[in-house]
Amino acid sequence: MVPSELVLGVHGRALRAAPVRERLVELALLACAGVSVVTTVGIVLVLAGESVAFFREVGLRAFLFDTQWTPLFSSPRYGIWPLIAGTALTSGIAMLVAVPLGLLAAVFLAELAPDGARRVLKPLLEVLAGVPTLVYGAFALLVVTPALQRVVPGLAGFNALSPGLVMGVMILPLVASLSDDALRAVPMPQREGAWALGAGRVPTILRVVLPAARSGIVAAGTLALGRAVGETMIVAIAAGQEPRLTLDPRVPIETMTAFIVQVSLGDVAAGTLASRTIFVVGAALFVLTLVLNLLARRAVKTAPGGGS
Amino acid sequence: MSARRDLWFTLLCAAALALPLGVLVFLFGDVLLLGLERLSPAFLTSYPSRHAEHAGVLPGLVGTALLGVMTAGLALPFGVGAAIYLEEYGGNRRIARAIEVNVANLAGVPSVVYGILGLAVFVKTLGLGRSLIAGAATLALLVLPIVIVSTREALRAVPMGLREAGLALGATRWQTIRRVVLPAAAPGILTGAILAISRALGETAPLIVIGAVAYITYLPDGPRAAFTALPIQIFSWVSRPQAAFAHNAAAGIVVMLLLLLLLNAAAVLVRDRFSRGGSR
Amino acid sequence: MIAAPAPRAPPTTTAADATTPVKLAVRALDAGFGATPVVRQLTLDVPERRVLAIIGPSGCGKSTLVRCLNRMHELVPGATVGGSVLLDDHDIYARDVDPVLLRRRIGMVFQKPNPFPTMSIRENVLAGLRLTGALRGGRKQPAIDGIVEQALTRAALWDEVKDRLAAAGGSLSGGQQQRLCIARALAVEPEVLLMDEPCSALDPIATARIEDLIHVLRERYTIVLVTHNMQQAARASDLTAFLLHGELIECAPTERLFTQPSDRRTEDYITGKFG
Ligand SMILES: Nc1ncnc2c1ncn2[C@@H]1O[C@H](COP(=O)(O)OP(=O)(O)O)[C@@H](O)[C@H]1O
Ligand SMILES: [Mg+2]
Repeated sequence: MVPSELVLGVHGRALRAAPVRERLVELALLACAGVSVVTTVGIVLVLAGESVAFFREVGLRAFLFDTQWTPLFSSPRYGIWPLIAGTALTSGIAMLVAVPLGLLAAVFLAELAPDGARRVLKPLLEVLAGVPTLVYGAFALLVVTPALQRVVPGLAGFNALSPGLVMGVMILPLVASLSDDALRAVPMPQREGAWALGAGRVPTILRVVLPAARSGIVAAGTLALGRAVGETMIVAIAAGQEPRLTLDPRVPIETMTAFIVQVSLGDVAAGTLASRTIFVVGAALFVLTLVLNLLARRAVKTAPGGGS
Repeated sequence: MSARRDLWFTLLCAAALALPLGVLVFLFGDVLLLGLERLSPAFLTSYPSRHAEHAGVLPGLVGTALLGVMTAGLALPFGVGAAIYLEEYGGNRRIARAIEVNVANLAGVPSVVYGILGLAVFVKTLGLGRSLIAGAATLALLVLPIVIVSTREALRAVPMGLREAGLALGATRWQTIRRVVLPAAAPGILTGAILAISRALGETAPLIVIGAVAYITYLPDGPRAAFTALPIQIFSWVSRPQAAFAHNAAAGIVVMLLLLLLLNAAAVLVRDRFSRGGSR
Repeated sequence: MIAAPAPRAPPTTTAADATTPVKLAVRALDAGFGATPVVRQLTLDVPERRVLAIIGPSGCGKSTLVRCLNRMHELVPGATVGGSVLLDDHDIYARDVDPVLLRRRIGMVFQKPNPFPTMSIRENVLAGLRLTGALRGGRKQPAIDGIVEQALTRAALWDEVKDRLAAAGGSLSGGQQQRLCIARALAVEPEVLLMDEPCSALDPIATARIEDLIHVLRERYTIVLVTHNMQQAARASDLTAFLLHGELIECAPTERLFTQPSDRRTEDYITGKFG
């Protein structure tokens, strides 16, 4: 039996908790959350569908073992490695800049800077991270490359060096900010323990704090690498459009992302093999960045205070 | 001796931080110098032109503004709704956890891949063509993870006690969320939303992939119209070999950065103005 | 208040004086978090329009117990409940009872004052009615003003805030905020008021005001007052229940419990041997 007062409330007020509406609202909100899942499924289906069609014509073998990528030529070749080499080269240069400098900057922020300085500097780093990469690309092409050409002999107008360096500056705030978080997660007693043994400030940082924050720092680096691999505009503007299997930073190359831009800008008829190439390259890019992100998240999970 | 070493180490670390900030200052100064020559009211009110001196950013500015509004209109309802679900209803349900992981992974997908998705789904499959709405939908998907994450943070900052107070008064869960939690979280949600939109407006690659055109001499007359955007126009100028267009690119960058600066200032303002009430 | 429903079980147990009907009856209540039991096989009566104080050392399950009385406990993920709680002889854990509606009959005041920060004083008082849609349409402005005044008056706050009803709830002092929360709970016209350490965040003067208020509220409402402060229990309650490790050790008229406790552990606790 339903106790009537509990259903009708008191004082004759007609009160209904409307459980049906509550349920509908929850379902609607769940549907909103489902959009993100649909997005992922959409990305996978789109990339996989076109890639399968591509491989049916080209074959996985040519894709993996040919050393040239010239899909827009009259006698096309479809070896992915030149694009991967281009991506690896620019990302590698960027990491060489971003990881050491970002880490040192993080040490400064977390361990050495007075609180006031930190409060000013951290937002400034965020500004740096918020600048559209298009701006960095223009900067690389119009300012950095001409300047580098004066000191680096044989540097071409388009090259891997200049966009790589600029990209390093672009992802540096990410490395610094995430490493800063990792360093701050190291509990104070660990530092105090070292100080109590008479260790100085710097040895404590190098021997105690940095090792303790290692997995967080690894995660920061991995995420930054993912960002560099996926970065598009800097390399599309300043690195050139010549897929080339080389590690020479002075010559024009092409990255995976820049190739997608190149094809998108040209007039490639839909449904042709050439138009499918952006999906294949996109798929490779998606898998690569996904793996990097999963690795980064795994590293975070093993960090002290991480995984929460 | 150890004091000296400490000093050197500190200086080294400070230098590492100063370098990117120095680059930032240099970059802004350089762009400003380069662009000053071209910046004028006419630059804001003119269409693109083959003559660098006559070209302007009007269609890009209008396109970017429209994209911003439409992207916000698409991304906010879904993003905030998803965040409410994950934060207020999800708990440790398996489906919520799976969605969470998915959102985290989506946040790491390169923007150019979203462009490919938009091209295949919005432009082709849904037949929207290379239109404003296709661009806005693509950008909305791109910033959805950002909106979800920042909204969740804002919701998490609302003290548990307020929810309990609402429920103890006999309100349902949704009544409590709508009248108590959301108003308290609104400034944080809005701040995050503005930052997400400013991120979307600086994006170039996805718009190139879905086929935004740089050279447009009219303004879009509806969501299905072809469009251009500030970053697209800037990119087309950067790509020209003639030095004269570099000035246009720089001037365009100044306009774009000013726009983003305004948005960021608005976000900070919202946060500061309302945080007193919200933080209690 | 409204006429109570007709038949009532005779007051059964321990504490109630024979003439007072039982408002809330806790029967063999178990509650916990996941596999951890917190409240065990607890049976207790709360007589109508009396103040029952619940005392016991920190962590003994006082909050968990009162949160079972308005079904707030089950909102915590992983929370478990067993046994029953009868409100006017109806089991509030019966399958067809809507906990949302139940909470409109059993109000709650929390340890930390938690007025809604985005609402004015006036809107805070009306919050319960607005949240539940009870004010939609119908009521005229004067009637609503009347509700606000009555609730604030009963919470002994009216004179202090009547000239600034539009001010933010957060602009009040801690003690005033807590009385605002009481007014907010009263505006929904509950029959029972649960107060979980309502004074623990307040200074002695504000505490005294709330205790005075409890004395007055007792004439209209059945009150369950959790407190870690034995003086407060002694001053403000008719009955006191002593809880230890989630079990009810003793429940008796307050004076008797503090002067001649029947259990050794109660005696040890009230004489300060532990806790
Ligand atoms: N959300 C929770 N999850 C798990 N255990 C809890 C939770 N809340 C309280 N507890 C545990 O339940 C026991 C009783 O808590 P509580 O009812 O708050 O005690 P009291 O109010 O008497 O101090 C404590 O041991 C506490 O650690
Ligand atoms: Mg408690």
